[in-house]
Parts: sequence; structure tokens; C-alpha cells
Amino acid sequence: MSTIESSLEAGWKLICAVEDIPVLGSRVVKSTSGDIAIFRNAEDEVFAVHDKCPHKQGPLSQGIVHGRQVTCPLHSWKIELDSGNAVAPDVGCTKSFEVKVEDGKVLLKA
Amino acid sequence: MKKQKLVMIGNGMAGCRTLEELLKLAPDLYEITVFGAEPHGNYNRILLSPVLAGEMTLPEIMLNDLDWYRDNDITLHAGKMVTKIDRTKRKVIASDGTEADYDRLLIATGSTPFIPPIPGADLPGVLAYRDIGDTEAMIEASTKYKHAVVIGAGLLGLEAANGLMLRGMSVTVVHLADWIMERQLDKPAADMLQASLEAKGMNFLLSKQTEGLIRGEGGRVSAVRFKDGMEIPADLVVVAAGIRPNYALAESAGIYCGTGRVRGIHVSDTLQTVTDPRVYAVGECVAHRGIAYGLVAPLFEQGKVAANHLANFGIGRYEGSVTSTKLKVTGIDVFSAGDFSGGADTEDIVLHDKQGGVYKRIVIKNNRIVGSVLYGDTADGSWYFQLMKDQQDIHSIRDHLMFGQNHLGDAGHKGENKAAAMADTAEVCGCNGVCKGTIVKAIKEKGLFSLDEVKKHTKAASSCGSCTGLVEQILASTVGGAYQAVSAHDKPVCGCTELSHGAVRKAIRDHKLLTIPDTMETLSWKTPNGCSTCRPALNYYLISTWPHEAKDDPQSRFINERAHANIQKDGTYSVVPQMLGGVTTPAELKRIAEVAEKYHVPTVKVTGGQRIDLLGIKKEDLPNVWKDLGMPSGHAYGKSIRTVKTCVGAEHCRFGTQRSMAMGIDLEKMLFGMWSPHKVKLAVSGCPRNCAEAGIKDVGVIGVDSGWELYVAGNGGIKTEVAQFLCKVETREEVMEYSGAFLQLYREEGYYLERTVHYVERVGLEYVKKHVLEDADKRKALFERLLFALQDAKDPWAERYAADAAPAVRREFEMLEI
Repeated sequence: MSTIESSLEAGWKLICAVEDIPVLGSRVVKSTSGDIAIFRNAEDEVFAVHDKCPHKQGPLSQGIVHGRQVTCPLHSWKIELDSGNAVAPDVGCTKSFEVKVEDGKVLLKA
Repeated sequence: MKKQKLVMIGNGMAGCRTLEELLKLAPDLYEITVFGAEPHGNYNRILLSPVLAGEMTLPEIMLNDLDWYRDNDITLHAGKMVTKIDRTKRKVIASDGTEADYDRLLIATGSTPFIPPIPGADLPGVLAYRDIGDTEAMIEASTKYKHAVVIGAGLLGLEAANGLMLRGMSVTVVHLADWIMERQLDKPAADMLQASLEAKGMNFLLSKQTEGLIRGEGGRVSAVRFKDGMEIPADLVVVAAGIRPNYALAESAGIYCGTGRVRGIHVSDTLQTVTDPRVYAVGECVAHRGIAYGLVAPLFEQGKVAANHLANFGIGRYEGSVTSTKLKVTGIDVFSAGDFSGGADTEDIVLHDKQGGVYKRIVIKNNRIVGSVLYGDTADGSWYFQLMKDQQDIHSIRDHLMFGQNHLGDAGHKGENKAAAMADTAEVCGCNGVCKGTIVKAIKEKGLFSLDEVKKHTKAASSCGSCTGLVEQILASTVGGAYQAVSAHDKPVCGCTELSHGAVRKAIRDHKLLTIPDTMETLSWKTPNGCSTCRPALNYYLISTWPHEAKDDPQSRFINERAHANIQKDGTYSVVPQMLGGVTTPAELKRIAEVAEKYHVPTVKVTGGQRIDLLGIKKEDLPNVWKDLGMPSGHAYGKSIRTVKTCVGAEHCRFGTQRSMAMGIDLEKMLFGMWSPHKVKLAVSGCPRNCAEAGIKDVGVIGVDSGWELYVAGNGGIKTEVAQFLCKVETREEVMEYSGAFLQLYREEGYYLERTVHYVERVGLEYVKKHVLEDADKRKALFERLLFALQDAKDPWAERYAADAAPAVRREFEMLEI
């Protein structure tokens, strides 16, 4: 059994290929628990957070990605992509999801 | 790797700011040891006056408490005075025998109060005013004694006197010179200040030389005697006769501290001592290019440069500071900057309203401000200071210079220009609902010194920016002289770089940089891929400097320019199709109506730019909406050409002199697809009645019987700015060429997010005229470069709904499912 198959068995869900996400960009996954934003940064790290800014629910997926952060398009809050925490001095947190890359495929636990 | 050892002598504001800057740049480079003579962490010395006045408490003015040193692994020897520097063995020795080795040494020993050699200066009850200890001693004396005498009516002396008075003492200020604060104020301003302090109950004795301090029965000082024989009672004497750089320790270690008039630790532009490059010095103990500064703002600038060199970056030189002064006495506004002594080659602009309590004097030399003194209304102090620092030619604004910049914004605070007098509950930032009290509290509690810090912590002035001036004033009146407006010319683009917009633009041109990664590498960006502030700016600079060569980077664009629609608060988008000159057809209107019905568009609205806006469209529907509309993008979302508004004009109007609709359509077609530093709006009116409101557009065109008048740099937004007359031309072709040349000049030189009004304010209308009017070759070249940049501009909507659109283009609008 390939690693992907065992991951799928363990409850991970196949989302897309890493190349389907633009570098320093994002894609939105529709899920039963709301929209989830999947980000890819310049180091090809992949992150997943609930697509709502803790400030005024702006769609984080539409923001500019830099380092391991995204800037919300509505009022420029900066959110840490790995934890979902707002960067100080702003305070707030959006839910983050487990995500990993195997064989060039993005897998999400949500 | 073993860390190098950095030892700092002196635990004050300049030194600690240097360490903070250093830790930001190179957190792990040094093992840091700090010696401080005072038994505290670092506190905000400037705010001792509000503490004395009972307006603040000591804990409120701490900048770095003991936890800060611990958290940053800094060894702090508080209360230990260093008595020896051994430069051969590279170590320092404190009075209690504590030693510390160094690889690099930072001296920040500050200054000591100057006590004139008068008999009795050593009596109990005679104090200087420098630190927490002095302040506490004064507060204690005020509870036991009645008569206080302050010697010296400078900034510090008056603040001390004010504090003691508020604590219930009867205070007399003695001064040697003919008027108070003679180093900062001219006589008229000083007289007004004196009168208002007298009205509060302060007494003054001017042109008085102190002969001696008299010892009373208990051994404590009891009176002050003057040369003329006069004697006044005094239970407390505060000597505020100036400060001297504290260089004794450095000098004893053989470090050059000057001779004669300018004494202090002599440092180069890198803040290294001229004697020993391992030894750095910052702050009031330093003499740089013959000047020892006694205000805090220059010290911060020095700290920044010193930190950069300590961090081995080696960028940046300290080239001296221009300073300004503000008195921190609640309810009194005084501002002074530069040289106001006057002279044969200077001119004065003076406004003096004695009864109204307002005095303003601006000193001008060669069309540049060299000094200013403001009393009563200091609202424009920071503006004058900025103009002075930037050495801006004020020739063209001279006639309204005195009336201020008015950059307090038209929205919300009409005429409100006395930050100090505003109530704490008064709203300052209308966008984010931030009150004055909130801002003041954040400044004090978080120890903020810059506009950027205030923006970050309070959100005030962080949206539309119209309250920036007011926030700056509040900052200035709260932190006093510590506030220094950053000159727009050298303000870094963002935290990712030290370089200004101008420097970045120039580098992109000089080195022919074509991509964002190359630019960041060449210019040593501090972050791996910038941030949401610098990336859009870089992207614009690249594509505007090297059209058709630099490749546009969608990921560095704000979402509106990436999705080619305007994001709304609920995450949906608005769609505005192009409607050239505001002219449409029944067929277009029908299609718009059909699309609105088909996609259940919740709101259909006519825009301010004579177009139709479909609001509330889901992102995934955008390509289909565009396709069904079959109209090109109106670019209503971009830092780009927006629209050309027109009146009916000579086509129909009985007053019309020119065909304004046709002119507007031609201009809008010509400028299609034009990206610019900020949005660009045009208008064309067919007669001077100007129904298209061309007077508040980036480029306004007004038809007259004999031709067209061109106006530039107007603005109808945040702050209404009337466009300035550029020239009059005769033909349609000239309208296109002149307005195109102006816009290209702005495109090539404007800073990202700088509207034409601010660009022209920065460079001056004369400069624009020189390039666009006076030099026909330059104008034609500019115009050609614009047309070159715009050739083959494609409709971004059609590119995205096309059947053969690349997957990378399409996926922007496609959702994933699980």
C-alpha cells in the first residue's frame, strides 16, 4: 500500500496536487465545516486554516502570502498560517487544520 | 559558535534603544552585559515631568522593566557605576569590583546636569533635575516645604517649576537671560508663554544672576541671593542650568573627547569613537560633527545606525539631526525648530494675535524654511518641521504657508486642530472609531514613539489616513521632544527594508531589475518574500519601469487586482464594466439587466464615475458574469486608470463649447489598462460650468471656446483638493499628449499609493511644468513611453473567460471540493 493510500485510510482527505496551488497563493476547499483555505508558500510548505479572519471574517484565502503569514484582504490583519494566530498587537485566532504533502499531493484532515 | 561579548555602559534611553534595534537585527550575535548607575530598568526620562506634575506614575514610564533584560538574556548590573575601562585588556570595572570583558563596547553614559559654581550649591535642599531620584526628592520636598526656586528657565526648568507648582509649592523661576527659553523661543513667543505661566501662578525673575544660596538654621538651604542684593526665600532650589555630556569615564580611558567648546565622546558617522573602533558611543554623551544633542529624537537615530553597525550590516550613516522642541506643560502649546535668530539674508512670516494667544513665526532663507516658532496653535509644527527637514522649496505655497497644511482632514474634525485641548472622549480616527484617550493611553502604556507604532497598536490613522496629522500631534504632545516626524523621503517602504520608495525605484531602474526575487536579493531584503506592503509596490515599480519586460506577479497584487473585481465585506465581489465616458447604449443596458437577473445580483448601483456596479457576486461566478456581459473591465478595482467622467458637452448642451463626451471617450480608450501608483480619475467638461467636476480629478479637462484647459492633481476623496491649473491647449491631440505626459511622469516617479495630489505636492508644480510644458522633447518622450507601456493592453476579463485560458489563470476562480 502506498503512503497516500495508508494516509487516506487513516482519515486524511486528498485535496489536489501541490502544483494546483500557486506559489505564495491559496485555494479554497468547500467542506461541511465551512470553507478551508489551503496555502502554499515560497518554501513549498502547505498550510490549512479556516477561511475566516478572526477580526471580521474576511476570506484569508484572498490575502497576500508572505513567509509563513497571510495578510487579510479586508483590514490587513496578519495571520500566522501554522497556528492561525493573529500577529501582535492584534489578538485573535482562526482554526488551523492538519495538512501534509505526500508524493506531491496535498492531504488534509478536516 | 561562541558569541561575541557586548558591554554597554549606561542604562538609559539611547543605549537601550540601540540594544532593541540590535536585537531586532541580530538577536543571537552577542552576549550582552549592561551596567547602569541607577537601580532601575530603563525608563522614559522625558516623562519625568508628567510624573513630577502628578499626571503619571513611575511604573507608567518604565520602558524596559527587569523582565525585558531577563527575556533577552541580558545581564543587567543595575546600581553599579563603571569606574574604569581597560582598553588593552578589553574589560570594564565597576565601583564594587564587578568586571566584564568585551569584544565591543557601547558607551551611553548620557549627560550630567550642569551646576554653576555658586556658593551653597552643595547644601541640602539643592537639587538638579535629571533622574528618578531627583524627581522623588522634589515630590517629597513639595509635601514639607513651601518655597521653591528654579534656576534656569529652559525647557527642563519650566517643566520642573510647573510640576512643583501643581504640587502646591510657591515657585519662582530665576533666569539669567532677558527672556525665558531663549534657546528655543524668540522674545514675543517667550513673553506670551511667560504671561500664561504667570496666569497659572508662576513667578519670574529675569536677567538675574544668582550670587549664592543661603544656609538656613537647620543646615538646609533657606534663601537665594542675587548679585543686585535681592534675596528671596527658598526651601528647595532646583538647578536647571543645562546639561553637559558625561564623558569623564571615556576620557579617562584615553578616548578623545574634544577640547575647548565642544566636549563629548567624539564619534564618526558610524557612531564608533574616533579613537577606538571597538568602542561605540550613542546619546547625550556623544559629540558628533561638533554637536552634542540633548534631545531624545537624535539619540534614537544614532541608536539605529549604531545597532546596524554592531549587527555587522554596515549600512547607514548618522549624518546629524535637525531637532525640534515642545514644552510638556499641560494646556500650553509651544513648538520651536531650527534657527530663528534671523539675519540679513532671512525673511520672516509672522502672525501675532496677542489677545487670542497665538503667535507663529516662520523663518525663510532662499525659499526654504530654516526655523519656526509657534505658540498657542502648534497644529502645523510638524508640517513646518518636515518642510524644513526636507529643505523643500516653499516658493509656490508661500502665500498660504502660515495657514497650515490643514491635513487634519475634512471628515470628522472640522477646524479641530488643538490636539492638546481635545477631550479624551473625542473621536480622532473616524474609520476605526479611535478616541484621543485610547491613543494617549497606548502611547504611555506601551511606550510608543512613532506614528507607525501608534497605527499598529491603536489602528488610528491606519485606514484612510486623514487623521494622520491629528495623531501625529497627539503623539507629539504626549511624548514631547521624543517625537520626530519621519521624512517621507527617507521613510522605509516597510519593515522588510531600510530603503525608501525613491531608493527602491532608482535601484530598479539603475540595475535593470526585472523580478521581485532579484530586486529583493539585490537590495538585501530582510524577509524571504517581503510582505503585503512591499510586494505590491515592487510589482508596480517593476512593470512601470520595464513595461513588456518585467513580468507581472499576480501573487504580489492585492486581491482586487488579482481577481479583477472589488472584494466586499462579505467576501463577494462587485463588477463594474467599462462604460467609456459614461456613455452607454440600450443594448448594453439590456445585457447588464439580464446578467443582474440571471445571477441574482442583490444590488445594482450607479457609481460616482458614471458607470454601473453589480454588487454581491460570488467569486466563482465572475468569469461567467463577465462573459455574459460581453463588456470589457472597467478597472474599478485597481491602482490604475478608473474612469473618465464627462458632461454632455457641445454634442447636446446649449452651453457646451467643446465635445466633452468624445474627448472623454478618447482619453479613456487611450489610457485603457494603465497601472499607476494609485488610482487615477479623469473628467472632461464641455464648458467652464464644469458639470463633470473636473476640478477634483487627477487630470481635469475643461473645454472653453478657444480650446481646453488642463488641471492636474485634484482629489475628491479623503481630503478634497482642488486641481491646479497646468496649461491651456488648443487641439484634441494636445489634450492627449499633455495629460498623457503628466500621467507618465507620475507613473515613473510616484511612490506606490501616492495619489497625484501628493506626488505634485512632493515634487512641486513647477517641476511638473518643467517636464510637461517647457520642454517639448521631454513631453513627447514621456507621452511615447506611456503609449509604449499601454500598447496591446488586453481586457483582463476576456483573457479569463476565454475558452483557451490557461489553467493557472482559471484556477483563481475555481473552488476545490472534498
